Amino acid sequence: MTAPTTAPARPAAPAWVPACASHRLQPERGVAVLLPGGAQAALFRTHDGALYALDNTDPFTGAAVLSRGIVGDRAGEPTVASPMLKHRFALRTGASLDDPAVRLAAYPVREDGGRVYVGARPL
Amino acid sequence: MARLIVIGNGMAAHRLIDALTRADTAGVWHATAIGEEPRPAYDRVALSTYFDGATETDLALADLSGRAEIRTGERATAIDRAAKTVTTSAGAVLGYDALVLATGSAPFIPPVPGADLPGCHPYRTIDDLDAITASARTAATGAVIGGGLLGLEAANALRLLGLDTHVVELAPHLMPAQIDQGAAALLARMVADLGVTAHTGTATTAILPGPGGRAAALDLDGTSLPAQVVVFSAGIRPRDDLARAAGLDLGPRGGAAVDDACRTSDPAVYAIGECASHNGTVHGLLAPANAMADTVADRLLGGTAAFTGADSSTKLKLLGVDVASFGDAHGRTEGALDVVVNDAASRRYAKLVVSDDASTLLGGVLVGDATAYAALRPLVGRALPGDPLALISPAGADTAGPSALPDDAQICSCNAVTKGDLRAAIDGGAADVPALKAATCAGTSCGSCVPMLKTLLADAGVEQSTALCEHFTRSRAELMEIARATGITTFSELIARHGTGRGCDVCKPAVASILASLGNGHILAGEQAALQDTNDHFLANLQRNGTYSVVPRIPGGEITPDRLITIGEVARDFGLYTKITGGQRIDLLGARVEQLPAIWARLVDAGFESGHAYGKALRTVKSCVGTTWCRYGVQDSVTMAIDLELRYRGLRAPHKIKAAVSGCARECAEARSKDVGVIATDKGWNLYVGGNGGFTPRHARLLASDLDDTGLVRCIDRFLMFYIRTADRLQRTAAWLETLDGGLDRVRAVVVDDALGIAADLEADMAAHVAGYRDEWRGVLEDPDKLARFASFSNAPQAPDPTISFTTVRDQPVPAAPVHLGMPAAPART
Ligand SMILES: Cc1cc2nc3c(=O)[nH]c(=O)nc-3n(C[C@H](O)[C@H](O)[C@H](O)COP(=O)(O)OP(=O)(O)OC[C@H]3O[C@@H](n4cnc5c(N)ncnc54)[C@H](O)[C@@H]3O)c2cc1C
Ligand code: SF4
Ligand code: FES
Repeated sequence: MTAPTTAPARPAAPAWVPACASHRLQPERGVAVLLPGGAQAALFRTHDGALYALDNTDPFTGAAVLSRGIVGDRAGEPTVASPMLKHRFALRTGASLDDPAVRLAAYPVREDGGRVYVGARPL
Repeated sequence: MARLIVIGNGMAAHRLIDALTRADTAGVWHATAIGEEPRPAYDRVALSTYFDGATETDLALADLSGRAEIRTGERATAIDRAAKTVTTSAGAVLGYDALVLATGSAPFIPPVPGADLPGCHPYRTIDDLDAITASARTAATGAVIGGGLLGLEAANALRLLGLDTHVVELAPHLMPAQIDQGAAALLARMVADLGVTAHTGTATTAILPGPGGRAAALDLDGTSLPAQVVVFSAGIRPRDDLARAAGLDLGPRGGAAVDDACRTSDPAVYAIGECASHNGTVHGLLAPANAMADTVADRLLGGTAAFTGADSSTKLKLLGVDVASFGDAHGRTEGALDVVVNDAASRRYAKLVVSDDASTLLGGVLVGDATAYAALRPLVGRALPGDPLALISPAGADTAGPSALPDDAQICSCNAVTKGDLRAAIDGGAADVPALKAATCAGTSCGSCVPMLKTLLADAGVEQSTALCEHFTRSRAELMEIARATGITTFSELIARHGTGRGCDVCKPAVASILASLGNGHILAGEQAALQDTNDHFLANLQRNGTYSVVPRIPGGEITPDRLITIGEVARDFGLYTKITGGQRIDLLGARVEQLPAIWARLVDAGFESGHAYGKALRTVKSCVGTTWCRYGVQDSVTMAIDLELRYRGLRAPHKIKAAVSGCARECAEARSKDVGVIATDKGWNLYVGGNGGFTPRHARLLASDLDDTGLVRCIDRFLMFYIRTADRLQRTAAWLETLDGGLDRVRAVVVDDALGIAADLEADMAAHVAGYRDEWRGVLEDPDKLARFASFSNAPQAPDPTISFTTVRDQPVPAAPVHLGMPAAPART
């Protein structure tokens, strides 16, 4: 017999989305993370181990490709360059380095127990 | 509007109309040029490059049809000075307010029997060159009558056409007008090395016909010299028949006599260029023709410009030998002294002519190495900056430079541009050589002054940076050398030791390409993976909606029906859009990242390999069907194309490399638009290099002719490796050839003649590439770590990206969203 006892409570949307195992995130190479509701984050680890997540959609072209960009720096500021038309963004803030009016949403990131998590909502 | 008629539409006419219409902002003049040639004015000075791969388009001068009426294929037949009209061969009678004669000159045809036989040609127009080419097709021997500057150019043309070539000169040595006997002796030796035989002090007494009535031999006062093609280059005669018939005064050696305003004896009629006689001299060079044209343009607008004679300095590359002559090259000035360096062993001859007190430079001659020319010519008539011997010894070229010259010294003699003009342009913001050329016209004709332009820019503190980006102060070629010399194989080590910071999207892919060219394993191995831009990272080409295209290699464009069916089935099963590319293969578009491994598993199973459409690497070697099928084919172009494509597949380079092979001169494979173009000949293959389509089209130019299969492959091996070693980042072979000091001649010296002694090294590098080649896609499919990267999301590896969707156009899927009308501009980079 399989009579239900209590109806499970509908879980609240989690604040943190598991992205991947820590070792899967190579330095200076991003991955895309699917967020609840269909948004996407581009998640990066820089050479010094710092983690960053930005909106994955390139605002200049509308394609969800930022995670496939090249990570580097401009005068010490960590950056990612969109693979579409090579616009650069600051990893720390999401600010476009080519157009001061453009800024990508940045997401919180944490690493815990060998896994990396991205916040479900932008900072 | 006042009516200007220009008779003749050659270089002087072009310069006049260009200068006049630029300056005539008020629109005073309506200009008409009547030209007898079937095409608008072209660069006659560069005419001989026609045999080195230049085409009619390459020779074209700026199109003036929007600024003046250009009548081509029409001859002026009479001038009526009283009625002020010109009658043309088309029957038109055109009225003028001012008339300019710019009819140029005609080659002098010596009055010897047989000079009008078929196979005998002048050397002045594109039509002449076409006729020479046609005659050479059925000939094995050729002779040029006249061993002057043009004669040697013509001799080179005959040599390039594959003829056994002789030059016959009446004077005791070659180039008697420009150089002295010592220089000529060296020149003759260097010319002989190239297989051209010079007969000096020799008169041609007749041209003897052979069977069929065409030229067969020269009669040299009793001895006979086989020559089925004969080119006349024994001087020029001004075309002054119209001036003569119109009753204008002529000069003592012909040509319409003109004053300093370039006006003839009729104040409404001017004459410029090689049909004009100024102070009894007919100038046969471009610089005076341009100066006369500028004078008339100014006069027509009420100015007072004057032509006061011209510098007859020249610097040329004759048969690959540098020759320069400037100022009083023959030391005719009273009391002049010669300072000579004659180094037969290293094939250099240099002579300076100086005043009797050795303080002033009067002129000079350089053969073998004319680098000092650009710096020495502007010094003519000025105080010597140092010991004359030091100026012409090998290390001395740097002692003289534009830095020490006053502002009124002419730097570009072709276009009469002074140092002051150039300094003003630099102050006005011209920051590199192309900008200086655009602002002043300097360097746009013979190009010999370009090194001086660079020096002036450097003197003005304009930095000509070759830094790759903010992380590396070195150029790509320098980093390549460093990586080769030190054996560094990772980006981290290279940037730690030779750069700063962490790199960027400019230097990372550039270094990745260098490391790949040096054969450092799979491009996705270890740290290298993080250097690649997205195309190389996913071994596919990113499209506007975030999907990728897949291009399997189809060597030479040859494919079996079964393989065609496989491609069709893969496209159908994965819902891909298909299109045939210009490189004779098939592009499958619209693949999502996570689909790529499954698509490639099917393709690799069927025997396909990566086509490297995503890489700065060899793309394709196109071919026509050649002797396999074609009625005209003379070589097996398909087999050669396939062999070349398999040899160079996967070769990483500063930019993409395209190649093609045509089975005969009809050139159906369009090889001359490629970086490497191979065209079959009866005897083997001609190799052309440096072609380009796209934004700045360039025809490939001839590097070597009639190579056998092995010789061809050896030449291409060396050429490609030399390019890979020395080119700048994202520089196609065409741009590389343009910026390389010495250009195509330099490449020929290194690649064909092994001037640097590195040919064996270049070949060894290529052999290592060929031996080390592995299919990149097979490498991915065999390695679970690499495969794991082809995930759409790290937390949902197979979930399709929800932003990608398609609609159907002409029964195929195309991107539906995001909808952006046109691509936004890419950010400007400094
Ligand atoms: C192969 C070659 C190489 C050269 N190399 C150099 C060099 O390295 N450096 C240098 O300074 N100079 C060089 N020159 C010389 C240079 O090309 C000439 O000095 C220059 O072209 C002179 O210009 P022009 O307008 O007087 O004559 P052209 O350019 O010859 O133009 C005259 C035009 O007028 C046309 N014409 C004549 N009569 C009539 C008529 N009745 N009606 C209509 N049209 C007519 C002719 O067909 C011709 O197109 C070279 C010349 C040749 C042939
Ligand atoms: S290039 Fe020559 S051989 Fe090749 S298809 Fe054309 S005509 Fe035939
Ligand atoms: S000197 Fe010939 S282009 Fe300048």
